[in-house]
Amino acid sequence: MNTRIIPRLDIKGPNLVKGIHLEGLRVLGKPHRFARYYYESGADELIYMDVVASLYGRNSLAGIIERTSREIFIPLTVGGGLRTIEDIRAVLQAGADKVSINTAAIGRPALIAEASKRFGSSTIVVSIEAKKQSDGSYLAYTDCGRVRTGVEVFGWAKKVEELGCGEILLTSIDAEGTGRGFDLDLVRRVSTSVSIPVIASGGAGKIEHLADVVRDGKADAVSLASCLHYQYIRRYYTDDDYSSEGNVAFLRSDREFTKVQGARIDEIKKFLVEGGIPCRWPVEGAGGD
Amino acid sequence: MIDAGKPRVAIVDYGVGNLFSVRNACAHAGMEAVITASRRDILAADAVILPGVGAFGDAMAMLEERGLTDLLREIARSGKPFLGICLGMQLLMTESFEFGRWPGLGIIPGTVVRLENRSKRGEPVKVPQVCWNTLHRTEGRGDTWEGTLLKDLPDGVFMYFVHSFYVKPDDDEVSIALTRYGAQSFCSAMRYGNIFACQFHPERSGPPGLKIYRNLAEIVKASRK
Repeated sequence: MNTRIIPRLDIKGPNLVKGIHLEGLRVLGKPHRFARYYYESGADELIYMDVVASLYGRNSLAGIIERTSREIFIPLTVGGGLRTIEDIRAVLQAGADKVSINTAAIGRPALIAEASKRFGSSTIVVSIEAKKQSDGSYLAYTDCGRVRTGVEVFGWAKKVEELGCGEILLTSIDAEGTGRGFDLDLVRRVSTSVSIPVIASGGAGKIEHLADVVRDGKADAVSLASCLHYQYIRRYYTDDDYSSEGNVAFLRSDREFTKVQGARIDEIKKFLVEGGIPCRWPVEGAGGD
Repeated sequence: MIDAGKPRVAIVDYGVGNLFSVRNACAHAGMEAVITASRRDILAADAVILPGVGAFGDAMAMLEERGLTDLLREIARSGKPFLGICLGMQLLMTESFEFGRWPGLGIIPGTVVRLENRSKRGEPVKVPQVCWNTLHRTEGRGDTWEGTLLKDLPDGVFMYFVHSFYVKPDDDEVSIALTRYGAQSFCSAMRYGNIFACQFHPERSGPPGLKIYRNLAEIVKASRK
């Protein structure tokens, strides 16, 4: 299977943001600029996550989804605050190809079965936010790692597969935003226990970490945020107006984000292919586009 | 040539899947697309697209509920360019073995079967296949892509796949592209007269996928001459 590289754009209001352990959000820029750049440099899919939607119980990304769907022709997964079949339908109608659900799925697992039947299994991604406990077990969290559910991760992964979800987006809260590498044990245990694809998320700090999570973690796809976003900012920082909302101190300070080694998607793919991990590479055009 | 404006495409809406990315790809290729279940719209269009994700049996039931099965057979016979995508490709076949046995539209003789979840060496292979994979021309029959919607695309081009089942047309000549997944090589695109069908999603396959939509626009324009 060709490993997919999937940029994950956490969005708050009009801005792309990034936190550490899913918290302490910094404003990075306008999401559509990043999305277009990732599309052109070989992203296999995109994930948009409305990171504050769960707090308010609604997803506010319709405008950006519509724009993306008109301009960018790779699959788009949208998550954050989707609670009902109607919420899912609204996001799909705006132009998303898949939806990611977490809080609502844990609250009412039957939603996974209903949504899979209604929109097709391949449309429904269940996001699992996992946090390692002091006894070595893993528990699922919701609301961007803020709420502990008591649900055990490996049993939950099998259950969501049985309920008909098409893919699992697996985020390690402990590793997320740290740049110290993926939680390989977590990813491998989930990926080898289900037959549906697992997208590993959280922890990538350098290009070698990606090879590790595919080879040792058995991930089918890798979701990346910091190492793509900071590379883009360093190279293409623009003077968009970010003052409307959020913590923009980081952008103003012109400070390097030192824990993460930035990389372009095509460089990442070249590295993986040369290491024997198949990917869609080189990324070909079709004359004129 | 009479220029009747932009090619008009009917995207058949039978209640499944995200049709908006198909419409956006049509617009990008200079076509005017309408998402519709109306017999009048579908008959009036220059080309018809049957998209779809989801379960085969449910999809056939929804097509029947909306009175679309006979209409689609009529379109297939009419010579009008007709594109089936993903489940829309599978629905064209005689029958599917997706969790049981379901009759399809019966437009193209053949069956729909499940991808194997083991490699030749017995290693587990994930099903559904959710990834980008390559298309290859079928061997020994010249350029099987010339004159089809795959025209001018390079052998080995990547397209985006999401599926657990694939088609096996009775007549090998109907298959124009093959894709390898795990232990098997399956038919990833078909051509049957005016009908073109693909297992992958061209509207989600970047510039090479958009080329397929531009080829559709060209075929429609040529058919108006």
